[in-house]
Amino acid sequence: MEGGTKMSVMTMVQAINNAMDIKLAEDSNVVIYGEDVGYEGGVFRVTEGLQQKYGENRVFDSPLAESAIVGTAVGMAIAGLRPIVELQFDGFTYPAFNQIVSHAARMHNRTRGKFKTPMVIRFPYGGGINALEHHSESPEATYGHIPGLKVVIPSTPHDAKGLLISAIESDDTIIFMEPKRIYRAIKQEVSTEKFSIPIGKAKVVTPGTDITVVAYGAMIREVQKAMVMAKEAGISVELIDLRTIYPIDRETIAQSIQKTGRVLTVAESPTSFGVGAEIMAIANEEAFLYLEAPPRRVNGFDTIIPLAKGEHFYMQTPEKIFYEIERTVRF
Amino acid sequence: MSLKFENYNPAEDKLFQIMDNMGVIINPSEMPDISDALAVKAYKDMLFSRIADAMAVSFQRQGRMYTYPSNYGQEAIAVAAGMAMREEDWMVPAFRELAAWLAKGATLKEIFLYYMGNEEGSAFKNAKHLLPFSVPISSQFPHAVGIGYAINQHKKDEVVFAFVGDGGTSEGDFSEALNFAAVWKVPVVFIVQNNQYAISVPIRKQTKSKNIAVKAMAFGMPGIKVDGNDIFAMYAALKHAADYARTKNGPVLIEGFTYRRGAHTTSDDPTKYRTKEEEQEWDAKDPLKRLKFYLDSKGLWTEDEEKLTEQYKQEVERQFEEAEKTPPHTLDDVFKYTHYEMPDELRRQKVEYEKFLQWKEGRK
Repeated sequence: MEGGTKMSVMTMVQAINNAMDIKLAEDSNVVIYGEDVGYEGGVFRVTEGLQQKYGENRVFDSPLAESAIVGTAVGMAIAGLRPIVELQFDGFTYPAFNQIVSHAARMHNRTRGKFKTPMVIRFPYGGGINALEHHSESPEATYGHIPGLKVVIPSTPHDAKGLLISAIESDDTIIFMEPKRIYRAIKQEVSTEKFSIPIGKAKVVTPGTDITVVAYGAMIREVQKAMVMAKEAGISVELIDLRTIYPIDRETIAQSIQKTGRVLTVAESPTSFGVGAEIMAIANEEAFLYLEAPPRRVNGFDTIIPLAKGEHFYMQTPEKIFYEIERTVRF
Repeated sequence: MSLKFENYNPAEDKLFQIMDNMGVIINPSEMPDISDALAVKAYKDMLFSRIADAMAVSFQRQGRMYTYPSNYGQEAIAVAAGMAMREEDWMVPAFRELAAWLAKGATLKEIFLYYMGNEEGSAFKNAKHLLPFSVPISSQFPHAVGIGYAINQHKKDEVVFAFVGDGGTSEGDFSEALNFAAVWKVPVVFIVQNNQYAISVPIRKQTKSKNIAVKAMAFGMPGIKVDGNDIFAMYAALKHAADYARTKNGPVLIEGFTYRRGAHTTSDDPTKYRTKEEEQEWDAKDPLKRLKFYLDSKGLWTEDEEKLTEQYKQEVERQFEEAEKTPPHTLDDVFKYTHYEMPDELRRQKVEYEKFLQWKEGRK
């Protein structure tokens, strides 16, 4: 159920905090931990105030060790808790990779359904904030490729709240990636009541007729800026916000491509083997005879994301997106 | 029983022992409370485990099972753990604790199924609070700590028994888990089966520490090095550690100082890296021999061992045959448990494959 009556203007940080607040109040098995999330409320203050409200047994600072943070969450989830762990940055999820891939993703399968691991692994991701090395990465395709995981990325405060509530309530392991670049850049009226948005369903943000643009996270805002240029050029864009990377919403994407005959994907990650490639596969499998132009991708290079002074080469800007929209439509 | 961890300072490399190689009780004041009947049962459990293990190796050699890791020589640690664990306690295994799995309610049939490549085997259907095998080394230790946290949070009277080998103590997860466990004060008994080799790498190349137990000191928890082939000492240490953890004092690290008499797995040949002399030295410390000496000296062993061995062999054979007769995975099984809620994409992939199967059927 989306929506509600009591509204409040929130940033994405506030909306995520509000979702966790609601679930902590409602379910005593929900616990939140990670480095700095307790006393300080997280380096981005996403968990601010929750320890004061729910105590140190439910919201707490753990020692600094990503593998153990995720590994202990696997144990907690097996034994009946619903842990939400915060890994401080995208690039710091790799020390936990073994626990995520070898255990969180497959405990349910390995025990033939006897144990489940209902847990949420939250972390901020993506570039554009002039951060240090290992702080600007977009590993959604990496995690989307792991059987047993579900990967969710919100693009607005409203979606962040509704999707996170679904993630916490899910009995699967959810990788919840938060676009840090728009943590505070977007404010929006969000219901203060409990609501959820289903995992696995994309959203048609803006209907259009000439080209389908599939994006997610911080890129939605960049595409929307590009769409202003497209409109001036007389191009009607249908914008789809994936919301969930895996399971990908094949149906919504296929229907839209069948309608527009063209598709462009936009993401912050390296180009090769990314989410865009998956969408192209869907275009081929489900809409081949409708295609009027080759599907195209707007992505970062297959390079390490440059440090701040070189980051602008790598980032997806409205101009770059519009350039590719026009190229595809005029093909 | 009056075991005190502080009397066995691992920094001085003290070894906790109760019974010598000839089955003589050399440390009567710390002898655990074990009835004669339980001592006999402990021997029978070790014997059963040894027979099952030897037969597993032979089934593998006959090509009826895939790679299998032998437990030969390490039976005392597993049987003692089985004796110390209550039904509600959790066991987080590595892969060389056969007798402890059985004590926890797993069946030999399930264990055989697992090593035949049938995933049904790792579900341990009727065992309470038993996790599956963990193949990535040491990665199960953080799970034990998380379970311990949940036990505290739910105010339950449970203890987690977690196992790893000596090689596993070099992994990051080992240190991370011990640190978290001590900071969070969780009821976990960490058991390191120091069997002297991680495949071919001897313990002296694995760590510069005097022993494994001493590592506990850095994390702020008690650690004790125990003669892992002395079932009385192992049981006393595990029981004491479990009581300590159960009364909310936090975790304990136990080093079971033992020896893997077999190969690492059926794919390994230990003659390449071990000497005959060393193997003979450990043969004299064999856990079954020692307990048998003890039982004989007390006049407690009245069974016909040959007859018992035959009976156990038949039981192992029976369970192995049951495992062999178990049908393989269905296509449903492959898809069913990947997620709790199956995504449409997986349904689609399954339907596509079924279409292929139909096509294949039609070609016949």
